[in-house]
Amino acid sequence: MLRCGYALFWLLGSVLLICVVSPVKGEAVVTREGSHLKLSESSHSNESQHGHSSNITGIPIISFKWHHVETPYLVAFWVLVSFLGKLVIEANHHVTSVIPESALLICFGFILGGMIWAADKVQTFRLTPTVFFFYLLPQVILDAGYHMPNKLFFTNLGGILVHAVIGTCWNAASLGLSLWGCQMGGAMGDLDIGLLQYLLFGSLMAAVDPVAVIAVFEQVHVNDVLFIMVFGESLLNDGVTVVLFNVFDAFVSLGGPKIDAAEIIKGIVSFFVVAFGGSLVGLVFGLLISLLTRCTKNIQIIEPGFIFVLGYLSYLTAEMLSLSAILSIVFCGMCCQKYINANMDENSVQTVRYAMKAFANGSETIIFVFLGISAIDKVIWVWNTGFILLTLLFVLVYRFIGVFFLTWILNRYRLVPLEFVDQVIMSYGGLRGAVAYGLAVMLDENKIKEKNLMVCTTLIVVYFTVILQGITMKPLVMWLKVKRAAVTEVSLLEKLTNKMFNHTLVAIEDISGQIGHNYMRSKWKYFEENWMSWILMKPSARKKQDQVFDVFHQLNLKDAMEYVTEGERRGSLEFVRNENSIIDFKKKSESESFDINNANMSNDHGAMSTTSRDPIPSVSLEMHEQIMKAVREAEAINAHHLLDQHLYKSRKQHRHRFSRSHFDINRDEKEVQEIFQRTMRNRLKSFTSAKMGVKPPKTIVKHTQKEQQQKMPNGKSMDKAKTSYSGDEGSEGDSASGYDQSYMRATYRAGAGIENPAFMPDLDPMDLLQIPPWLGESELDSSMVALSHRAQVDLPRTPSNLRRLAPLRISTRSTDSFTLENIPDTQQMDSDQLQPPPPPPRPPRDDGYV
Amino acid sequence: MGSIVSRLLSRLLREEEIEDIEEIKKETGFSHRKITRLYRRFTSLDKGGNGTLSRDDFHRIPELAINPLGDIITNGFFPEGEDQVNFRGFVRTLAHFRPIDQDNEKNKNPSATEPLNSRTNKLLFAFRLYDLDRDGKISRDELLQVLRMIVGVNLICSTKTPKGGI
Repeated sequence: MLRCGYALFWLLGSVLLICVVSPVKGEAVVTREGSHLKLSESSHSNESQHGHSSNITGIPIISFKWHHVETPYLVAFWVLVSFLGKLVIEANHHVTSVIPESALLICFGFILGGMIWAADKVQTFRLTPTVFFFYLLPQVILDAGYHMPNKLFFTNLGGILVHAVIGTCWNAASLGLSLWGCQMGGAMGDLDIGLLQYLLFGSLMAAVDPVAVIAVFEQVHVNDVLFIMVFGESLLNDGVTVVLFNVFDAFVSLGGPKIDAAEIIKGIVSFFVVAFGGSLVGLVFGLLISLLTRCTKNIQIIEPGFIFVLGYLSYLTAEMLSLSAILSIVFCGMCCQKYINANMDENSVQTVRYAMKAFANGSETIIFVFLGISAIDKVIWVWNTGFILLTLLFVLVYRFIGVFFLTWILNRYRLVPLEFVDQVIMSYGGLRGAVAYGLAVMLDENKIKEKNLMVCTTLIVVYFTVILQGITMKPLVMWLKVKRAAVTEVSLLEKLTNKMFNHTLVAIEDISGQIGHNYMRSKWKYFEENWMSWILMKPSARKKQDQVFDVFHQLNLKDAMEYVTEGERRGSLEFVRNENSIIDFKKKSESESFDINNANMSNDHGAMSTTSRDPIPSVSLEMHEQIMKAVREAEAINAHHLLDQHLYKSRKQHRHRFSRSHFDINRDEKEVQEIFQRTMRNRLKSFTSAKMGVKPPKTIVKHTQKEQQQKMPNGKSMDKAKTSYSGDEGSEGDSASGYDQSYMRATYRAGAGIENPAFMPDLDPMDLLQIPPWLGESELDSSMVALSHRAQVDLPRTPSNLRRLAPLRISTRSTDSFTLENIPDTQQMDSDQLQPPPPPPRPPRDDGYV
Repeated sequence: MGSIVSRLLSRLLREEEIEDIEEIKKETGFSHRKITRLYRRFTSLDKGGNGTLSRDDFHRIPELAINPLGDIITNGFFPEGEDQVNFRGFVRTLAHFRPIDQDNEKNKNPSATEPLNSRTNKLLFAFRLYDLDRDGKISRDELLQVLRMIVGVNLICSTKTPKGGI
């Protein structure tokens, strides 16, 4: 964004807020306390009689009916204000990369609160527990559950549970007892709070907050296991928090003397009931959703609605039964994700994802803004230095102690121990957030005289963790990871080797199965595949469960979309373009090319649709010449930068998966696509050479012609509806060739077909086959390297790309896309015997082609 | 690695099934627990049930298909010219990836053979990844090839400029 645009935003934002907020405050007298709204007399009552006058002297042409729309207007207005705040904050990336967005939102809330305070002398808007727990929190947690990486979660479930249960109890107990001890020791002046109340305070303070954790960790890309430990813990500890809070609340009401062993035992039992009950409710609702989506084929338009409604209902149901609502909605999301994605239509799946992210992100924004606003309230501010500082200290210290101790125990049983650095980050990442604040506000003032003190201590702790720890988290992560400073700039070769090592490590991880196959897992998989999928998934969806098939399908989709986008943007003339330009521009920094792109868009092609998705520009030939020169000159400098940009990232670097605001990285998908296709091609080649002369496998496609059967056994297309193959469908390999069947659905087993030269002429006249010219000439000497599909895609469009997307045709030749891609390669391999096929005739459509 | 029958009979792993477990332990430095776990992984990958892994078994791992070096790594498991790798070889290759034992580096005992995860051996393994044709040397072409595998197609090869400009 341009500088002046940013400044404009600031100006606009602040002016807008000031203008709009002040008159509204003048009118608005609503505080959202409890479950019903009431007018409070604390504000200008003289203005509150607008529009409701009972005496009409004449017909009003237009009247101002504020109270008519008061409630929804305020709700909508505050949502708007929060979002505008987020807009302003996100305008400048330099700021948000240093200070996490949540911290900035809280500060924004401070400002707003200050303005309201200045206008009203009393805080008319606060984050009330009802609104928070019923309207703002559920969608955040539902989003968390829905996008939870199940495999990772359940692998580390033991550790997560230990931390969530034992860790939280430890935090609560230690905090409460220490504070009480300090009070006895006189460190807090003349405060008088009972031990039970301290324990109650400890229990609400102990819980790590999922909202804050997501918000802060999103910008700090830590490794998967660390993230899931902290995040999983923050979600699961709600079970403990609810129990502890209720138990201590009851104890406080009962009073000291009435507490005996029976009560304590009841407390412990209630923990199990709450936790497991909550999870069970969530599970039931998750299964319900899955079942429903199985039948909603005819109402696909509102399919997504079911997810949200049922998720919310699971939350409310658990709340109604005094079970753990957060656990319920988390498990609901986690349980249904797989089946929903399988059952629902593509569009619905996308809708659910996007809508959920939007809701969650929005809620988070509102939560943080209101956290800020709630602070500016003179009524709640009671300051007791000792209490507050000691609380802060103890919260931090006991968190560290708890995490280190528990992890030490855990590491004795874990295959991959958690390192020291990870433990530090885990401890430091124990952020408190709005949940603690909500619980604090829910305290009963009659039973606990010092409620205000507790509330403002909670607020201070929340601010400390979110703002201070949030800001310092990233530097800390970077500091801890950097063991040796890089003195010299790494050479190109070093970079390459580093990347290579990364990939190697990732591959070894996969081979050795760190997320391992063990007995329980295979048992569960068996059960799940045979029973649950059977009940909960549509029959058509069940067939598609093969993972490789799935990946290939996704790639096809992406190809299709890219092709359409490209075609639209470049217009028909662009097919003439020199392919050189495209490669080079792909490599240059994107802003640069984007500018050129913009400059030329208007000149050349008026009919071009503006897209900002993919900055592959279309340039006129003159500009192209200039830039080619510039590229050649700067090649040395560029090469390094370019290599850096374009080396495939290994999986360790793909940590954005759990981000709140980003779904996937485009680069990730493209890389996956390229790598996957290349790998398949290579395997095909090696497989072909290995399998020559071997009997073709048993499964035979029904609709391929009989005379071709023994030559092209598995010609299949990607059209799912027509995939019909006998034999071992879906059974994953009792024999070595078994699996090949299933994944060879995606690849063409040329097998015995290619070896026979007599069939070569059969393939030549295929007008389906178009060999890109450069492939014919230049690939002869480097037959080991397969040209990636990308080259064929981005360079002059060959109709072979189209074939991939074409519907299934019953023909003697397989229309499998890999077939078509691979035939030039496999032909090359056998080129000893054959000459390179002559350039086939061009169909008329490719007029003006290279 | 034990007969199929014995494996069918006992789901839980017994140590007797792993031959030479003591030797493996000495050679690779893995602990008992880790070897057991690796054996479980080995058997779950070994769909043929004959105690060895073939290339197809490796190809079955889906994540390897989207790893640019997946095939090279797979080849690294198989000794020269062979198509099957037994559990011993499997563990031996994986042992290269153990963290370096610090004390080994300190008391350099030239007479004793270095453990599999010594620095030298790790480098040797990495060298073999580059050296695709196993001739003991990394040629320019091999380096280029590995580079291409990691970078992808968007690489202008200045040595050859065919019409397409790849």
